[in-house]
Amino acid sequence: MEAIDIRPALIIAQREVRDQFRDWRIIFPIVFLTLFFPFLMNFTARQLLNFVNQYGAGLVGERLIPFLLLITGFFPISVSLVIALESFVGEKERGSIEPLLTSPLADWQLYLGKLLSSTVPPLVGSFLGMSVYISGLLINRIPLPDAETLLQIIVLTITQAVVMVSGAVVVSTQATSVRAANLLASFIIIPMALLIQAEAVVMFWGRDTLSLWWIVFGLLVLAVLLIRIGLAHFQREELLGREIDVLNIRWIWRILWGSFHGGARNVLDWYRNVLGKTLLDLRGSLLAAVLLAVIVIILGAQQADRFLLILPEGDFQQRVRELGFNLPVGGIGSVQQIFFQNVRALVIGLLLGLFSFGVLGTLPLFATLGLLGYFTRIMEINQLPAAQIILSGVVPHGIVEVPAILLSTAAVLRIGFLLATPMKDKTVGEVFLMAIAGWMQVMVGLVVPLLLLAAVIESWITPLMILRLFG
Amino acid sequence: MIYAENLTKHFADFVAVQGINLDVQAGQVLALLGPNGAGKTTTVRMLTSVLRPTSGIARIAGYDVVEEAEKVRSSVGVLTEHHGLYSRMNADEYLTFYGRLYRMPDSLIERRKRELLEQFGLGEARKKKLGEYSKGMRQKLALVRALLHNPPVLLLDEPTSAMDPESARIVRDAIRALRSDQRAVILCTHNLAEAEMLADQIAIIRRGRIILNDVPERLKQLLLGPEEYEITLRNGAGVPPEVLPLGVVVSRQENGRYVFRIDQPEEKIPLLLKRLLDQQLPVLSCAPVPRSLEEAYLRAVSLHEENGNGSN
Repeated sequence: MEAIDIRPALIIAQREVRDQFRDWRIIFPIVFLTLFFPFLMNFTARQLLNFVNQYGAGLVGERLIPFLLLITGFFPISVSLVIALESFVGEKERGSIEPLLTSPLADWQLYLGKLLSSTVPPLVGSFLGMSVYISGLLINRIPLPDAETLLQIIVLTITQAVVMVSGAVVVSTQATSVRAANLLASFIIIPMALLIQAEAVVMFWGRDTLSLWWIVFGLLVLAVLLIRIGLAHFQREELLGREIDVLNIRWIWRILWGSFHGGARNVLDWYRNVLGKTLLDLRGSLLAAVLLAVIVIILGAQQADRFLLILPEGDFQQRVRELGFNLPVGGIGSVQQIFFQNVRALVIGLLLGLFSFGVLGTLPLFATLGLLGYFTRIMEINQLPAAQIILSGVVPHGIVEVPAILLSTAAVLRIGFLLATPMKDKTVGEVFLMAIAGWMQVMVGLVVPLLLLAAVIESWITPLMILRLFG
Repeated sequence: MIYAENLTKHFADFVAVQGINLDVQAGQVLALLGPNGAGKTTTVRMLTSVLRPTSGIARIAGYDVVEEAEKVRSSVGVLTEHHGLYSRMNADEYLTFYGRLYRMPDSLIERRKRELLEQFGLGEARKKKLGEYSKGMRQKLALVRALLHNPPVLLLDEPTSAMDPESARIVRDAIRALRSDQRAVILCTHNLAEAEMLADQIAIIRRGRIILNDVPERLKQLLLGPEEYEITLRNGAGVPPEVLPLGVVVSRQENGRYVFRIDQPEEKIPLLLKRLLDQQLPVLSCAPVPRSLEEAYLRAVSLHEENGNGSN
């Protein structure tokens, strides 16, 4: 095995950092945000503290101090986005990428060099800015946030910078022009702005320090995934090849349909060979989904103690009988409603999964089985016959519906897995489309028919079972 | 040193390069001629392991372009179509940067920089920002970058474009020196006169295929027919037909200027001259009619079109 040589990456990073410090368009915002902005934040903190203290609301001011520190740190790192977006595609536009690509650099060395050069200068600016802000607090005798909050803010700033840069470098390797990369940057900056707001809420809430560590953990996972995806799909060929930004609907359709169809001769052949192969490929993701399902049921049950629900006293069987009059037994309308609700939930899962490398695609599974775990435990706490209720009210349709949800979740998880897998002969776009086609295969071939069957059972059989047992 | 067999590159449905064969030995210069979009740059990019061939094999200095990409890149000096200079750096910094990427020791980088910058007349401009360089200076510096690590193989894309005649001569001399120094060079160019001056082999590439590959003289012979010779007589004097030896076929004649073809010219031209001088005809000169590579190239292209290869 060859030794890992990091020097070429450092040579690239050193050149780029030096170059950045010769560019006033980069220097000016960093200096401004590093030196002027912290003073502004300090002034704001002082004024706000004086104001809220007049009304005895010192707590608001107290909570504001760390938030302003977070913002002071965040603004300089936002510059990293501009630098990173430009890293590859900018060199391509200036024609300087080809000599670099013909030099004896490994892909990862070039990639790491670009990551470092985009991250380090804005982070240095960020820490300088935060130091100025903290110095201002000390000079003005404003109490500093506690050590854990300070540490959280520093770690959050670093992870946010790494996530933004790694996302932007992925964009830069795949975009055809700097303009296209800037347009795509909204996919990074908007979620990041929302995250900052979420962090602000957590800080103002002030009771839950663990949540910020979870955000740090989530950001780290995201950064690793983004770097992995960037490296997996880094292609010298693509950097030199693509010149135009045209939305090629015909190409998209060809990839989607070609992958979905898989060259099958007929429906039977498709089920046997195409879907069969997709399901085989899905084994790992399916196992992950099943494990998640077990975990989420347990977690759901544990939440019952935290969010306790005491049901009113009364005759359970009488209530079930009352409910029986309202149950839409045997109607087509209820089948439609249940079916479309379930399909819609899984499609939303796909959409969330597409933006989160499959991770948020697990939400339908979490919602369904988490609630199942929670209510089972609630029934036990309320001394209701939980096992019988589950057997009659959930199992008849659940035995079909839960596997359908698991399959769909696994297919969404696989999208993230495929994106993070190196495929040197395919672009990110192709892999993305192929992964969606895989999800469509699973949906059309199995999940949709299973959900339809589950809806029929839930509408026509489950209510009868409940009434038979308790009515 | 440069070997390619059936090298092919497809971009989706587009065939950029199809079945290219090359064999360039150490101390040889191959000129790759062809119009824009013919596949020259794609070929060079495959030979530098930047593009992955769809099929076929290629070896550079003994290394496989797919399996040993980093070693291939270490062995090649490339002058790319775009010079790719960093405008805020100076030549000194720029060459140090590339020297380090090629893992050269700093002392060697310094020595090579000094030598090459002087050789290409950039010594005085080494501290000047590259953004202030003229087009020709940029071209020369890009060539210096390609030569810096002393590679055994050089792939040069239009090395003298945008250069003044003096600079172009310096570059041509440098290419000749590389040949003497046993380097293998591929020269992509539209400048046919330059190709003729420098190349040992000429490959004509068109629509991704090499349609002809040979030494320049044989290529001309093949495309333009046997060589023609010209005898000029003073004051438009005429030559009596009986003086001409057997096998001389006069193709044009005017004002004492005779253009002819002849079998075994080495033997028969001295004989012809002797006869003319014996007849006391005022011979002013006798020389082969100059034939440019351009004519041969244009002929090759038109033949290729006529043979039904006008489109893909």
